[in-house]
Amino acid sequence: MLELRSVNAGYGTFQALFDVDLDVKAGEAVGVIGPNGAGKTTLMRVISGLIRPSRGSIRMEGVDVVATPPHKIVSLGIAHVPENRRLFPQLTVDDNLKMGAFMKEARGHYGERLEVVFDLFPRLKERRNQMAGTMSGGEQQMCAIGRALMSNPKLLLLDEPSAGLAPVVVQQVFELVKRIRARGLTVLIVEQNVQQVLRVVDRAYLIEAGTIRASGTSAEMLASDTVKEAYLGV
Amino acid sequence: MQAFLDIFDIYLLEAVINGILLGGVLALLALGLNLIFGVIDVTWICYAELVMIGMYAMYFIVQYYGLSYFIAAPFTILLVAILGAALHYLVIAPLLTAPPINQLLATGGVLFVLQSFATVAFGIDFRNLGIRLPVLAFGDMNFSYARLLSFLAALVGMVAVYLFMTRTFTGTAIRAISQDRQIMALMGVDTKRMYLITSALGGALAGLAACLLVLQYDVHPFVGLSFGPITFLICVLGGLGNFIGGFIAAFVFAEIISLGGLFSDLEWGYVLAFAFFIVMMFIRPAGLLARRR
Repeated sequence: MLELRSVNAGYGTFQALFDVDLDVKAGEAVGVIGPNGAGKTTLMRVISGLIRPSRGSIRMEGVDVVATPPHKIVSLGIAHVPENRRLFPQLTVDDNLKMGAFMKEARGHYGERLEVVFDLFPRLKERRNQMAGTMSGGEQQMCAIGRALMSNPKLLLLDEPSAGLAPVVVQQVFELVKRIRARGLTVLIVEQNVQQVLRVVDRAYLIEAGTIRASGTSAEMLASDTVKEAYLGV
Repeated sequence: MQAFLDIFDIYLLEAVINGILLGGVLALLALGLNLIFGVIDVTWICYAELVMIGMYAMYFIVQYYGLSYFIAAPFTILLVAILGAALHYLVIAPLLTAPPINQLLATGGVLFVLQSFATVAFGIDFRNLGIRLPVLAFGDMNFSYARLLSFLAALVGMVAVYLFMTRTFTGTAIRAISQDRQIMALMGVDTKRMYLITSALGGALAGLAACLLVLQYDVHPFVGLSFGPITFLICVLGGLGNFIGGFIAAFVFAEIISLGGLFSDLEWGYVLAFAFFIVMMFIRPAGLLARRR
């Protein structure tokens, strides 16, 4: 479904990704793990078009993502839940969700999608007229994921969904990821919370200093010495 | 003594109502400017000059081509909307990433270009539509129809903008842009296109204001100076970019002008309004309702 080949990207003169190859197949959940500043967020941003690669190719179901204008990439079926959620704090929950359905293809299904999202997150329905910025961190994360689901994506990019949340809420967020998967969505998830994320995904990539250091199934990654020593503290 | 009080109250009431009527048009002017600032983060110094061009458009369509006022109005609104979009496309868009002072200087330059253009093209004569609307007498009070009509039209314009901003996808996106520019692409929003639509909308509001002001004031190349500065002060007093703040500030200003004018001359109303502004800048420098960040 998604295919990255020798992608290089960065900010100005600072290069954050070096020759990254990555594949996500339809129906899979794939994790990207690694330390702070390894280039995980840059990887997500380069897929959704927030930054453009300096070299390399990105294809979504065969379509060249790099040649697609950034605001059209969501129409390819890629929805990005950015780091720190990035809700519109002074818009209501309803309006935030409305923004998720902005693209022409989604507007016609706005009502149905809203029902799907409210069914997944009943809490959002209770809070629909509340300003998004006044909700708790967990509720905001639900709203951010809900907003991304409004476009009826095929691929959901989740950037650090557990960041800044209380442990109990982190548990709930990972439960949600499982439920979203069960609906047939393909998920690419970036996490520092390695132990938790490896329980949710099928496969994972380990990224360090902008390069892919290792990849494998969740079981392989859990068993790998590099991952164990550096990230699981075993 | 009792008779004196009765008359005094009537005059007071008349001034209060006239202040409300004036406030409607000022609020409309402030809304256009606030919209541009709030969404694009740019101040159109030449905003009142767009209104001036619109007033000339009304004058020529009505006086020169002899069309009726109500046919001229939509044309004028459309023309100034196109002018607003052109201003964005030609002047603002190339300077979006430039330091704010450059943007201010550039739109300030457009102010002089438009004033000089109007002077060369139309001369410095004061012109008017030649439409004289009657005065409405209500009890012992007198209100001009022009003001009443302007107030109602301004109100309708503002309600239309409110509905557009809250009910449509595009309007919601315009409100969202000012809160987080960078992630708009993730929503499938083309910010450049939204800026053009916003600029056209700001222009359309200037066009509507032109249609209303031309009923009460003569048009000449420097007419922008008589309501440009006060529009800026209203926006700043309300908190730049804050629609509701601008709306309230417009009525506060209009009432000070109108009531100040009641107790002495009309000019003193303006003196009081500007003095109030200066004092408020010490008390609440970010505006009545400062935009929360």
